[in-house]
Amino acid sequence: MGWYIFKRLVMMIPVLLGASIIAFSLIHLAPGDPARTIAGEHATIQTLERIREKYGLNDPLPVQYWIWLKQAMRGDLGRSIVSNEQVTTEILERFPNTVELTLCAMILAIGVGSVAGIVSASKQYSALDYATMGVALFGVSMPVFWLGIMLMMIFGVFLRWLPISGRIDTLIPFTRITGFYILDCIITLNFRALISSIRYLILPSVALGTIPMATVARVTRSSMLEVLRQDYIRTERAKGLSERLVIYRHAVRNAMIPVVTVIALNFGLLLAGALLTETVFAWPGIGRYVVKAVGMRDYPVVQGCVMFFALIFVVVNLVADVLYVYIDPRIKYK
Amino acid sequence: MEQKPTKQAGQLFRRLRENKSAMFGFGILVVLVLSALLAGIIAPNDPNPSPPQLEFKLKPGFWSDEGVKGMPLGTDALGRCVLSRIIYGARVSLSAGFVAVTIAMVLGILFGTIAGYFGGWVDSLIMRFVDIMFAFPALLLAIVIVAVIGQGLDKAMIAIGVVYTPQMARIIRSSVLYIKEMEYIEFQKAVGSSNLRIIFRHVIPNSVAPVIVYGTLMLATAILDAAALGFLGLGAQPPTPEWGAMLSKSYNYIVGGAWWAATFPGLAILLSVLGLNLLGDGLRDTLDPRLKT
Repeated sequence: MGWYIFKRLVMMIPVLLGASIIAFSLIHLAPGDPARTIAGEHATIQTLERIREKYGLNDPLPVQYWIWLKQAMRGDLGRSIVSNEQVTTEILERFPNTVELTLCAMILAIGVGSVAGIVSASKQYSALDYATMGVALFGVSMPVFWLGIMLMMIFGVFLRWLPISGRIDTLIPFTRITGFYILDCIITLNFRALISSIRYLILPSVALGTIPMATVARVTRSSMLEVLRQDYIRTERAKGLSERLVIYRHAVRNAMIPVVTVIALNFGLLLAGALLTETVFAWPGIGRYVVKAVGMRDYPVVQGCVMFFALIFVVVNLVADVLYVYIDPRIKYK
Repeated sequence: MEQKPTKQAGQLFRRLRENKSAMFGFGILVVLVLSALLAGIIAPNDPNPSPPQLEFKLKPGFWSDEGVKGMPLGTDALGRCVLSRIIYGARVSLSAGFVAVTIAMVLGILFGTIAGYFGGWVDSLIMRFVDIMFAFPALLLAIVIVAVIGQGLDKAMIAIGVVYTPQMARIIRSSVLYIKEMEYIEFQKAVGSSNLRIIFRHVIPNSVAPVIVYGTLMLATAILDAAALGFLGLGAQPPTPEWGAMLSKSYNYIVGGAWWAATFPGLAILLSVLGLNLLGDGLRDTLDPRLKT
């Protein structure tokens, strides 16, 4: 297993290098002088000179790439044109918010989605089955930003149950430690802030979680149906085991294997969804950060986020592959 | 034996007719395509009246007495008829998805066929590049491309097309790898047909089935992604009536109670994606029953 993980880590390198080339070329493909692209429209001549110096912009492209890569590996992704802050700092500041949101959405998607799929499969062709799959079909066809707006409208504007945008009620005092709001509130025993931050989290995570939830439900159902046709299930039934035991002890475990793959494959969609959800709910995560940066042509930020997203994506795929081998010993890692 | 693609398509359609949900999806699409084509005739109002009729700003539709006559789905923040904009928007949003998928198909068939047919280092090179592109969520990559080439509907279509190319290339490649081993291809090689002739006359026509299935499903996500770019302000620019952009311009007004301008364009997106998903699932079940979900 250790060897397998090591080999997979090595395989990540060419992909990340490729991603870094894409991120690097961004500045040079953008129209205009690269120094101005990095420093912004209103940069002074001195700043431009300093940027040229720092990135060796008068050197040949491969040399420039090497300089940039070395700095990126040290965690120096340059400064934002808009705020003049270090891009790395800004990304790390916003990253916990995105993690909280996507994690919450994922738990929701897997929890509700797999239960719906299992129930649907064990009562195949019942009204419940048709209803669940009908809802799931709408779920996979919905634009996430529209769903977000609809939830906001119903639960935020008309019913006034939940707040419609932001991360926490800004009037409540809050101490930042790790950047994860819920965790920080628990550490500091700040229960008012905890309740507020959870209330702000509900609508965005439901919006983001619904579409993957529908996918998980559909895949779980078909995978369950597949498993329920297997010989060993017939044997269990013939042995006189109750339907409950057959389904929950024997079928579910094997049926969840393809579901793991689908969740991993859909992680990219989840990140893309986070981009849109964060924009709708003014959620201070990296998705909203990169969208704003593109709008303002803040290239160093876009570049940094590209690298960061690629890194996360590759790591998540690795984790999924390892998990996959772990839960299904039939798969030999080669 | 190989079959003429037209004959294949005819058989496919006959088998598809028995699939109720696929036909339902097909029906939705026919309605949407017709309204896109006939927008000039069926839309009750001008989607971009000039000068703007600001006196009609955010009026509700048929369900309320305060509505404006002849604008059944209400008006947006600039007093424009939401229904007419959705009908005209079908033109923009459907063709955006269609153009993007066509770009992906042409590039995907090109690279996928080259990789699958010739193999060796060409194949490795193309497939490594595909792997790198898969390291990004599609929408993020499209946003990055838009950041470089600029904002706008045409550029959004190009960006989405390019981003979808690897997926298409992979599908074509695996289908080509399978066809390449068939006997009739070996026969063609034995009688001395050129590679180009084999590719265009035999390999590509026989990869049509997966292209149709995945093209249909891809069209659904392309429409979603084009709408997403429009929503983020990176795709279609105002005053183009594009469904995603319409949403982004009107969702701020729901706080004041004007829910219609943000609700109906989203329903239009939902319907077209639903139709394509139903049809695509049906096509897949018909063409390849092993993949049935």
